[in-house]
Amino acid sequence: MAVCIAVIAKENYPLYIRSVPTQNELKFHYTVHTSLDVVEEKISAAGKAMADQRELYLGLLYPTEDYKVYGYVTNSKVKFVIVVDSSNTSLRDNEIRSMFRKLHNSFTDVMCNPFYNPGDPVQSKVFEGMVSGMMVQVS
Amino acid sequence: MSGSQWELPPELCCRPMAFVALTGLDVTYNAVHRAIWDAFCANRRADRVPISFKVLAGDHEYPKCRTKRTSYEWYIPKGILKTGWMHKHLNLVPALVVLFYELDWDDPQWKEKQSECATKVEIVSLQGRNTKVAVVLIQKKTPLPPGEDLVASERASSLCNACDLSGKSLFVLPHTDHLVGYIIRLENAFYEHAQTYYYTEIRRVKSHKEFLNKTTHQLLFVRHQFKIAFFSELKQDTQNALKYYRTAYSLVHELRAHETNMLEIKTMAGFINYKICRLCFQHNTPLDAIAQFRKHIDLCKKKIGSADLAFEHTAWMSKQFQSFGELFDEAIKLGLTAIQTQNPGFYYQQAACYSQDRKLTAQQLCQAGAVCPIPDPLDTPTGGLDFYGQRAWRQGHQSIDPPDPEKERTGILALQIKERDVPHSELIIALLSNAVAQFKKYKCPRMKSHLMVQMGEEYYHAKDYTKALKLLDYVMCDYRTERWWALLTAILSTALRCSYLMANVKDYMAYCMELLGRASTLKEEQKSRIEKNLLKVLKNEVPDAEPDCEPSGSSAAAALWKDRMAPSGSNEFSIEVQDYVPFIQCKARFLAPSFHVDQPIQLQVFLRADCPHPISFNKLSVSLSNQSYNQWCVVEASGQDPMLLTPGETSCFSFNFVAKTQDVGKKIEMTGIELMLGSGRWVFISWRGAGGDAASAHEALQASRSARPRGPGSGARPEGAWDALTIQHSTMIISRVPKISVQLSHQPPALNNEMYCITLSIQSQEEGVAREVRLTAGLKPGQDANLSQATHVTLDRGQVCDASDPALLPDIPLGDLNPGHKVEQRVYVRCVSTGPRVFLFHVAYSINTSVDGQEIDCNCHKDETIAIETVEPFDVSSKFVSTKLEPLDRVVVDIPFVLMTDLLSSSPWPLLLHSSSLQLVTMATCTPHPQSQLEQVVLQTGECASECFCLQCPSGAEANGTVATGQYVISWRRESSSLDTPLVHTTVPLPHIPLENIPLYIHAELPSFGRVRETLPVRYHIENRTALVQQVEMAVEPSDAFMFSGLKQVRLHILPGAEQQMLYNYYPLMAGYQSLPQLNISLPRCPATDTHTLRRFLPQRIFVKPQGRELDDASIAAA
Repeated sequence: MAVCIAVIAKENYPLYIRSVPTQNELKFHYTVHTSLDVVEEKISAAGKAMADQRELYLGLLYPTEDYKVYGYVTNSKVKFVIVVDSSNTSLRDNEIRSMFRKLHNSFTDVMCNPFYNPGDPVQSKVFEGMVSGMMVQVS
Repeated sequence: MSGSQWELPPELCCRPMAFVALTGLDVTYNAVHRAIWDAFCANRRADRVPISFKVLAGDHEYPKCRTKRTSYEWYIPKGILKTGWMHKHLNLVPALVVLFYELDWDDPQWKEKQSECATKVEIVSLQGRNTKVAVVLIQKKTPLPPGEDLVASERASSLCNACDLSGKSLFVLPHTDHLVGYIIRLENAFYEHAQTYYYTEIRRVKSHKEFLNKTTHQLLFVRHQFKIAFFSELKQDTQNALKYYRTAYSLVHELRAHETNMLEIKTMAGFINYKICRLCFQHNTPLDAIAQFRKHIDLCKKKIGSADLAFEHTAWMSKQFQSFGELFDEAIKLGLTAIQTQNPGFYYQQAACYSQDRKLTAQQLCQAGAVCPIPDPLDTPTGGLDFYGQRAWRQGHQSIDPPDPEKERTGILALQIKERDVPHSELIIALLSNAVAQFKKYKCPRMKSHLMVQMGEEYYHAKDYTKALKLLDYVMCDYRTERWWALLTAILSTALRCSYLMANVKDYMAYCMELLGRASTLKEEQKSRIEKNLLKVLKNEVPDAEPDCEPSGSSAAAALWKDRMAPSGSNEFSIEVQDYVPFIQCKARFLAPSFHVDQPIQLQVFLRADCPHPISFNKLSVSLSNQSYNQWCVVEASGQDPMLLTPGETSCFSFNFVAKTQDVGKKIEMTGIELMLGSGRWVFISWRGAGGDAASAHEALQASRSARPRGPGSGARPEGAWDALTIQHSTMIISRVPKISVQLSHQPPALNNEMYCITLSIQSQEEGVAREVRLTAGLKPGQDANLSQATHVTLDRGQVCDASDPALLPDIPLGDLNPGHKVEQRVYVRCVSTGPRVFLFHVAYSINTSVDGQEIDCNCHKDETIAIETVEPFDVSSKFVSTKLEPLDRVVVDIPFVLMTDLLSSSPWPLLLHSSSLQLVTMATCTPHPQSQLEQVVLQTGECASECFCLQCPSGAEANGTVATGQYVISWRRESSSLDTPLVHTTVPLPHIPLENIPLYIHAELPSFGRVRETLPVRYHIENRTALVQQVEMAVEPSDAFMFSGLKQVRLHILPGAEQQMLYNYYPLMAGYQSLPQLNISLPRCPATDTHTLRRFLPQRIFVKPQGRELDDASIAAA
């Protein structure tokens, strides 16, 4: 399961970041922020090839010694980033994909809320609960 | 060797090359030898064979070869690899010794020289190594082709025998022109010998294998594989070398690892890994290199070894990453392409990361007070270690437990003390800056920023605050523009500590202000603490220390702050906060995008504090683009009572001022807003323009998107109201609204060329006297340029204006206008071309008025524009007809014809035609005093007035080509216009017509009608118009309708200029229009003129009345 989940706005500022409380939160902020370099590059590369039938899942962005960072970008250029512990080898690509899909669905629900102003930080409790379900459970 | 303990030895990192020793060369005193040596070492490019040459003395002592072991049974190895081994084989033990000797084949003292040479070969003492000796004879003469010089081959074999050489080891080097060519051939031969040498060495090492057993000789397995691989490299057999290194690598990890030999295993594993990666990059298989490195790291990551020396592991890990990064970087320089997610930067970054760990563990493990034990357990008798990766105090020790616990303890302590002095921060910063350079290259701006933050933090730890602030400041704005507030807050906190420790007042305040702002994610109590500090600084006091600073730094900083406090220095600071997210937000606006000059200009400044406690300020001032207004836009605290900003509440300050009349039409902009804080230290917070900061644009956008109610009414959400406040940073000053009415009356459309009258009536509704009323009337500027040439405006109705009158009459003075009064002005416009035009009537005046009790003299103006279409008043067409009213396509000299004109009115208004006249050029009128037939005719729309003129071209006119007829001038005016309106003279050019001469002119004289059976006398006049006697043949053709008497056929001669008359009496037989009998005329001398051309002059038909009842003659005459 993930150690950090982030939703990044189209303009690359964070809408939502949640990381496991046991570790340095700032470090995850930096990890997510730096991963945007790769996301941007991948988007621009994909944009040149096929704009309409682009794959939303960007795959493994880059490996660090301790974490694996995965990316996903919606058609409205909102980015999802999931950070997974490197030692967690049980997670398959497919599971990561399904995590992103769940995240995307839940985020779509947030956007459908007429009281949510797109571009504001996400504060939905339902979204929060869904993210908690995907995070590493700290006992 | 403190820092370099982890450096890889240079002999490991270089590319191994075969070592060949050259002897017998005197490179100092012998020019020939010098040239030979230079040829060997100069220009060693990639195409030359890889050999490292060295000049040694003939009797040089080579390293001793130990006696070969015959049995390994009782042998227990002391370590994996000796520290000197690689160096020995690279630089000390040659693969071949070459002896240079000057000897020609035909040397007179051959025998003596041969034996001397043999002696020299003998002297080379190889101490039992497999190294071969080769002899090179330096000769002055060019050798003959092989086999031709019998003396040479005989002497060569005898020399070989004497020196105990094989024939392949004897070379000749003629010292002639082609030295470099010979040298290259020689070194190729040496290279073959060297290859053979290393091959035998490999065989020799391999042969040991059968004696080894797996229990006691594990170390030797590694050592031997490493040696074979190294020899293969020397032999330039990199494929096999790689294979042997890989075997060695797996053998290293099979060794029994325990705390005492962990370092040795890791050191060797690192060496072998380095070699493997290096060869993989060399073979252009970077993925293999990366895979090997990952495997290496995964295998070694957990092998920490002694917990007391944990920093050693992190140092080693850091070095692994660093050296891999360097290898990767080097491969890129040689042409490898890296990508964003796989570039050397990541390895440097990781190396830095391990160095940071190393620093942390070192700080934990190395106590500050410890003293180095004496004698230093790290000292060894030789000054170095025998084996790589062993401990100085127990070299060669291979069992699990340390031999002496006390020695072990002091050893570890010595290592810890040494680690304490390592400049960790320097190492970390160097690695980070390497990584920054890489990430910059591979388009990772955010990674770069992140690393720069780390560098800044490291400088902070290294107490180099200036550099730290420089780096942090540099990246702060990236995080700010990307709105990563959590990260910005973290960086700001570090920067705040730096500026506190340096006692940098201005920066300290700037960081405080941003940390108190809404972008900061700090908790309320921290903000509260920071605000208290800020208030202290504003009061010229020393702020409290930042909580995370070390105490010694804090006390030094407090002293610095005390110095700053001294009033000597300038105590005024100006901080520009536009590009930050400061704790006081400011937005300003003009209440309207434009103001009339007679209204006061209103401007509001909104301030809002985001800090936890109220903050007071002394002065707020707005600067405007016209500085003379600035005095009105200042609010200052009165006396001791400062103004207070309450957190979370919006304070509004309104300013009013009256614009100057000379600024009408100009823009007033806010250029800056300044807020003065402090009491002891004066701090001016300034915003450029009309406020706003790095975050406000986005907030305003979000507020505009929001579906929530907003605006001043929504008290429930003050943030929304604040965010929705828009900045209006400039306003226009426009002129006062005029209070006059301008009316235009006219009768469109305008007729071409007429004096079109437009009546303008101006009525004042002002309360005061409108002074100096001025009218500008005419064609509106900015239309088609040709229109201004074709339009003329005048005020003078008396005469038709001409081209000298302008298209626009500026500033016609109309005098003063009292309240309620009215003035009229007529303007006459003459348009000399048709089409639409826009006319402008601009009425300007000045008036005194008062604004806010201030008298101002302002100018007002009112514009009226009208579009007027100009049309032609009438169409004139004209045609030429003969006197018989038949259309003419040409006229004949001296023969009258008729010009008919039709004038069709197209004006919607009735036209009065005053007169018309002809201005003839060639023609003359036949009427002596022609009078216009159109005089005083009134034409309604669509009506037509026709006129005809009898004209004649006088004789003597040039009768070839066409001639101009002249012009038709019509004088007219609108019927509705008054009598004194000047007439318009419209001139219509008449068409040109071809003119011709005829030799003979004929015309008939006959009554206007005939009567049946009554005589009809017809007299034909025939004129000769030539200067010759003309012979004319005439005949009258019979006709059914007439009988006639007269000459039926006749031939006559007519003198020049004379006229002949022929009289016929026709006797009509039938009534109605009848064709007259045809008269056939021919001129034998002028064949061009025949009946046809002449017939047009003659009447063709005549009306014959029927015979009436017998009445008296008078009644007939009357009919």
